[in-house]
Amino acid sequence: MEKFDTFNSKVIPVDLDNVDTDMIIPAQHLKSVSKEGFGEHLFSNLRQMYPDFILNRPEYSTGQILLSKSNFGCGSSREHAAWAIQQYGIKAVVCSSFGDIFFNNSAKNGLLLITLPEETINKWLALSLADSTLTMNINLEHQTISFAGETFSFNYDEFRKHCLLKGLDDLDYLLSQTADISAYESTRSI
Amino acid sequence: MKQNIINKIWDHHVVQNKPGFPTTLYIDRILLHEVTSAQAFAELKKRNIPIRNKDHLLATIDHSIPTDKNRAVIADEIARTQVDTLRRNCQETGVTIYDIESSHQGIVHVVGPELGFTLPGTTIICGDSHTSTHGAFGALAFGVGTSEITHAMASSCILQSKPKTFKVEFTGKPSKYFTAKDAILKLISVIGIGGGQGCVIEYVGEYIRELSMEGRMTICNMSIECGARAGLVAPDATTFAYLEGREYAPKGAAWEKAKTEWLKLVSDADADYDQSITIDLTDAAPMLTWGINPEHAIAINETVPGLDSGSDKSTLEKAYAYTGLHAGQNLAGISVDYVFVGSCTNGRIEDLRAVASILDGRKVAPHVTMYIVPGSEQVLAQAKAEGLDKIFAAAGADFRMPGCSMCLAMNPDKVPEGKRCVSTSNRNFIGRQGPNSITHLASPQTAAASAVLGYVASEGDL
Ligand code: SF4
Repeated sequence: MEKFDTFNSKVIPVDLDNVDTDMIIPAQHLKSVSKEGFGEHLFSNLRQMYPDFILNRPEYSTGQILLSKSNFGCGSSREHAAWAIQQYGIKAVVCSSFGDIFFNNSAKNGLLLITLPEETINKWLALSLADSTLTMNINLEHQTISFAGETFSFNYDEFRKHCLLKGLDDLDYLLSQTADISAYESTRSI
Repeated sequence: MKQNIINKIWDHHVVQNKPGFPTTLYIDRILLHEVTSAQAFAELKKRNIPIRNKDHLLATIDHSIPTDKNRAVIADEIARTQVDTLRRNCQETGVTIYDIESSHQGIVHVVGPELGFTLPGTTIICGDSHTSTHGAFGALAFGVGTSEITHAMASSCILQSKPKTFKVEFTGKPSKYFTAKDAILKLISVIGIGGGQGCVIEYVGEYIRELSMEGRMTICNMSIECGARAGLVAPDATTFAYLEGREYAPKGAAWEKAKTEWLKLVSDADADYDQSITIDLTDAAPMLTWGINPEHAIAINETVPGLDSGSDKSTLEKAYAYTGLHAGQNLAGISVDYVFVGSCTNGRIEDLRAVASILDGRKVAPHVTMYIVPGSEQVLAQAKAEGLDKIFAAAGADFRMPGCSMCLAMNPDKVPEGKRCVSTSNRNFIGRQGPNSITHLASPQTAAASAVLGYVASEGDL
């Protein structure tokens, strides 16, 4: 997994609640048996249907931070959604809340998800829609996020932060508990 | 402390709980299908890690296969690779797979319960959000991504944070044509598609107790559509009657012992929950969705809601534009092009029987294409044994082979552009059944009535 450093980037504002994983990566693009090749299909149905969809606008399409509203990533459990976002070049998603499975999937792939209060999100969406050149700064180590002259701190799970900063992986951590798992198994009958 | 069933099952499965770390949770069952498993097998192979407990795994194919009689031939090359990859992975690792012609192939959430692989008190994961279906048996069952499938294959554990608990009680006696599907659509319309976020729901109340296992599965299946991680129903005599004698269910003395254990899986009286709600079903009418997510559901006798209905405004605006409907419009009476009966929500034998009882002696309207897709080969065989296939054929419906079919536009079964479909599946997202297709989620009964009349209608309109 790639290590996560502080970074600065333009923003992609997706001004919607409940962006589901079918929108992020439609089912017709799920057939690959590898983890590659999903980035080019990010939001492909919306891009096709709405010529003015944000990713079709060159002034926004190069951002590395995606800004959206509540319940982002709800719906299907496809981890392809997190892969597609990352492969497109996005490193962080900033929203007022996230779907649970998507939240877990993202953490396991080193995609940073940041939750901010709804008022901040709405304000920042409006600002970024009005001016595509504004950039956002994210510092995971200090858990701060800055945009348009404002800086907020955000909450982040200690364990996840540790993994992201070190580029560590859950599977190594789980396999280090093999003795405990065997002990647990010996106490059970199912 | 007074505990609810969710916390009881959770606590039984905690392997390690260190402060500041997520819980290491033991996983008893892992269900696999072709779309979300290939990358997990590949990762284990690459890192040279064996599967910890092969008998925890069971695989089938469902999402990308065709459902015509000739389904062994998969024309789409990428889909074929996906299916072949799962076959090869299972063969190489010795994981049990129910392939086509195994007489148990089908939608993973139909097959698991049918084989008795889904058991009360177990933890079950699958790379599919509708894994919540298995909660109907009093299991803690939830969808995960491919990484967590990999973790569970390697270690029989995954890392999770403890879910919040949510009690949903259904009270009152609904109207005659109201079904389990209508009950879950009603709940989602009330609490919204984010209403259950971070929670596992326990469904309680007289209405739930009287439901069949099929009905309970329909309700648990759609728990994810209000954002919940899982939904469950405490096991009881109905659960045991369904499971007894099934292939993987315990037998003889082990069965008796298991039943004694399972009966303890109930919430203590006055157990605490983080959240609770009571949904009054008194005289409730059948429900349908009108918009582009499952919270856009209304009773068939209601009109399309306005911008002030409490849902997100920009989503509502998209929904009007996409579905071609406007606020204040009646849903009943709108012309329908397609009807789809099937999916892990409503593709079980009870659903097919309900549809057959409506289609018997009637015809599908000439302008309507109706697909009836059994959830599994067992459902198909049972339907044939009961002569339902003849009723479907006589009515002019297309009775197909088992699979996910028109639920998700990932195989050849799609709703064409601009066409309107009444569907018994679980998602009405934009393009879910095919690019620019319009979906109205409903019960099998409402779907069948709409097929016969050619417009959105409920069984009472026949
Ligand atoms: S029937 Fe639909 S919802 Fe169910 S597993 Fe298949 S694709 Fe998913």
